[in-house]
Amino acid sequence: MALSRQRAEEIFDQVLKYSTAEETEVMVSSSSFALTRFANNTIHQNVSEEATTLSVRVVVDGRMARASTNKFDEESIRQICEGALVLARLQPSDPDLLPMPGPQTYRAVNRFFHETAELSPATRAATVASVVKRAEKSRLTAAGVFSSGASAFGLFNSRGLSAFHEETLAEFSITMLGREGSGWAKKTSPYWPELEPPELAERAAQKALSSKKPQEIPPGKHAVILEPAAVLDLLGFLVLDFSGLAVHEGRSCFTGRVGEKVFGENITLRDDVFHPSQNGAPFDGEGVPRQRVALLERGVVKNLVYARQTAHTMGTQPTGHGFPLPNEYGEAPMNLVMEGERTSLEDMVRSTPKGLLITRFWYIREVDPYQKILTGMTRDGTFWIEDGQAQYGIKNLRFNQSVVEMLRQVEMMGQPQRTAGEESFEMVVPAMKIREFNFSSTTTY
Amino acid sequence: MKEIAAWALDTAKAQGATYADVRVVDLRQRYLSTKNGRPAQVRESQSMGVGVRVVAQGAWGFAATDELTRASIDRTAAHAVEIAHASATVKKRDVKLAKEPKIVDDWEAPCRIDPFSIPVSTCLELMLEADRELRRVKGVTLAEAAMDFRRIEQLFVSTAGSEISQVKTQTGAGLVATSFAGSEIQRRSYPNSFGGQYQTRGYELVGELDLVGNAPRIAEEAVALHQADQCPTGVKDIILEGSQLALQVHESVGHPIELDRVLGSEANYAGMSFLTVDKLDNLKYASEIVNVVADATPEHGPGLGTFAYDDEGVPAQSTPIIKDGLFVGYLTSRETAAAIRQARSSGAMRAESWNRIPLIRMTNVSLLPGTGTLADLIADTDDGIYMETNRSWSIDDRRCNFQFGTEIGWEIRGGKKTRMLKNPSYGGMTTDFWNSCDAICGPEHWTLWGVPTCGKGQPMQAMGTGHGASPARFRQVQVGVAYSGN
Repeated sequence: MALSRQRAEEIFDQVLKYSTAEETEVMVSSSSFALTRFANNTIHQNVSEEATTLSVRVVVDGRMARASTNKFDEESIRQICEGALVLARLQPSDPDLLPMPGPQTYRAVNRFFHETAELSPATRAATVASVVKRAEKSRLTAAGVFSSGASAFGLFNSRGLSAFHEETLAEFSITMLGREGSGWAKKTSPYWPELEPPELAERAAQKALSSKKPQEIPPGKHAVILEPAAVLDLLGFLVLDFSGLAVHEGRSCFTGRVGEKVFGENITLRDDVFHPSQNGAPFDGEGVPRQRVALLERGVVKNLVYARQTAHTMGTQPTGHGFPLPNEYGEAPMNLVMEGERTSLEDMVRSTPKGLLITRFWYIREVDPYQKILTGMTRDGTFWIEDGQAQYGIKNLRFNQSVVEMLRQVEMMGQPQRTAGEESFEMVVPAMKIREFNFSSTTTY
Repeated sequence: MKEIAAWALDTAKAQGATYADVRVVDLRQRYLSTKNGRPAQVRESQSMGVGVRVVAQGAWGFAATDELTRASIDRTAAHAVEIAHASATVKKRDVKLAKEPKIVDDWEAPCRIDPFSIPVSTCLELMLEADRELRRVKGVTLAEAAMDFRRIEQLFVSTAGSEISQVKTQTGAGLVATSFAGSEIQRRSYPNSFGGQYQTRGYELVGELDLVGNAPRIAEEAVALHQADQCPTGVKDIILEGSQLALQVHESVGHPIELDRVLGSEANYAGMSFLTVDKLDNLKYASEIVNVVADATPEHGPGLGTFAYDDEGVPAQSTPIIKDGLFVGYLTSRETAAAIRQARSSGAMRAESWNRIPLIRMTNVSLLPGTGTLADLIADTDDGIYMETNRSWSIDDRRCNFQFGTEIGWEIRGGKKTRMLKNPSYGGMTTDFWNSCDAICGPEHWTLWGVPTCGKGQPMQAMGTGHGASPARFRQVQVGVAYSGN
């Protein structure tokens, strides 16, 4: 069932009828999602789901617990309230637990489009048919997904807080495979016509065709040009480090570095849920309004983000980035916007005597949590640049690179754009040219 | 559950499905954690729903809902058929499924102590006691403990007349000691990273782990790592402790043998595989002492990949994967078995929950034990590194080039463990690596480890997999790779 604000409020009222806790918070969420998946120029999986979840958090005498269900009959609601209360009473009291926040005011964001919510299986299939036709024209094999969905989320508490948000999201991702080369492109948007699947298919096809007969280059330090998706997937590994709690607990690479210039002068990053190319609700997991936060300013670690509890512990103000309680991690920025410049990818390539052009990375994992060394592979469109031109496709390489060090060596940047990757959520980031990037080994394709 | 399933099946058939199966799943989870002397998370969840998978006009469709009224179920089943019709507009050939007999059965995984019957206060007291032991060690800046309990009840029915009920209880528990000093963060986990050890059994697992007894050691190691020497860079013999080797098996054997990946189904996301079908019965995957099986049967052990029937209603099986070093088997499904000329599926189709289709997933992909003790293996090693507990893992999208980092290592010189090493890492190419294996410890060291959240599929699904392993030695491996150049 699609969740309306009215229905969410009715569910909250039902919970309040049964909850005998000192404080009660209710999260009701619904989603309706469909995904058409294709591989080998065929639709091989095609799915749809609808789900609605009720999550109740209770506080009694400084003790807190959460219980969730997807059953909405009276008996199930009564049981969830009772169950949460029993769980809460079994814990020691936390003298530092803050009372729940009261009513808040939110700035509106419009991220819901009926065209996306109502996208049919037939339309998705027809789009896939057209990109398969493009693949077959060049004797390529297409694989990918076309998905669409709508979600709604209500958050209410017994102190009068009332928040509701709904949005749609569509995704088109495509890999084109030749006998030896491959290419990839991906886009997401709340408004599905913005995806432009034929353009993505063409981009992926050109990469696949340009990277046939990939050659091997020796690993080592090379200049690289990273397309925005490659930048996003690396930057995603810094997200949790901006948490006030992580810094406080000594598990952030910014512990001991807040206020210091850690990155290059040209690195400025903020968290901004109101940016027109962003997703998500304008409030956090407790219903606190999300604020714009300048995270990095000209390379300086300027600000962290704080949930209410973390802010209280650290003697500062909350920024509206908390995860739903209870949780171990505190908070994180979820709407990253990085400033860029205006250099086009083509100009970055033209400026490069020798280097690599990288479409995306894959299987990135953190090797060192303080130096922030990451490892991973290139994938689906990796090219050797020489004398200002992408000359040929190359076999994929493994990197081991500190992302902190990388962001000290950014020589050029493109215009920031809404970007989708695989290892992290959507961000607004530019393409980048990096002076030196460390590759440690190669693979066979 | 039976009524819900029957509604869905009847409507799917009435709407024109030539094949349909329905899974009704009720999933209950309790997650508890502590951090630095206090409870961090105490939460319980329950989720019940139905997934309807159909073939119509020779193509697949799937729809799922948690609104379990008759009207909603009928709508969902009809929608699955509508989706299949859309799929049929972009197909090359009709879906063909290997035959399976009708099965009517009930099964419940053995569970001696129901974890949901243990008072939450008891669990928290145990974790807080372990937490106190961790924080007794000066230099530990963050102490964490967690327990995770799941009960999965599922009814599977199909148009072939199968009706299979299964109940599984899973338990996981573990500790982490983190130490921040200077400009370094070091961490030690017990008994494994990724939240600890997980198996398909009850609370009896927690008692066996002895969290409190092991807490001082891992806390001391987390702090001591700051003073340890950096793992050298070069070529060394390495001995991998069992839990790290389990992950090595997962990434560099378990994933490449998923036949759907080989055939291109995951090309846009999880990747493909170097194990093209021409390599079956031809490729020397590993040295002659290496034997790997994919075994979902309860007889193999209470792994996260243990069940009686997969999510297509196919009985659990033990499938040889590597025999005396030769590659001999894949994980398959009813749709893919024919690609390697097999008449039946190997029973490896698994879905995360009611809202996902089953995909070919690992079951318990285990390295069979060899002979000898770990002490003897170390004594037999002249110049090497012993590496324990995973910290980082990465492999390319065809499963060739890999790199792993562990939390801790020890140098081995002249058959003795000598200095502690920090930030160990090693890398290589899959078949070169497995062919360098020259010793595997015996069954006394074999543990059926659990990897609780293996990701695959679009939309993504997480699945628990099991991997049995004893420590083993690999000769002449590149070590220190992750830090060279940084």
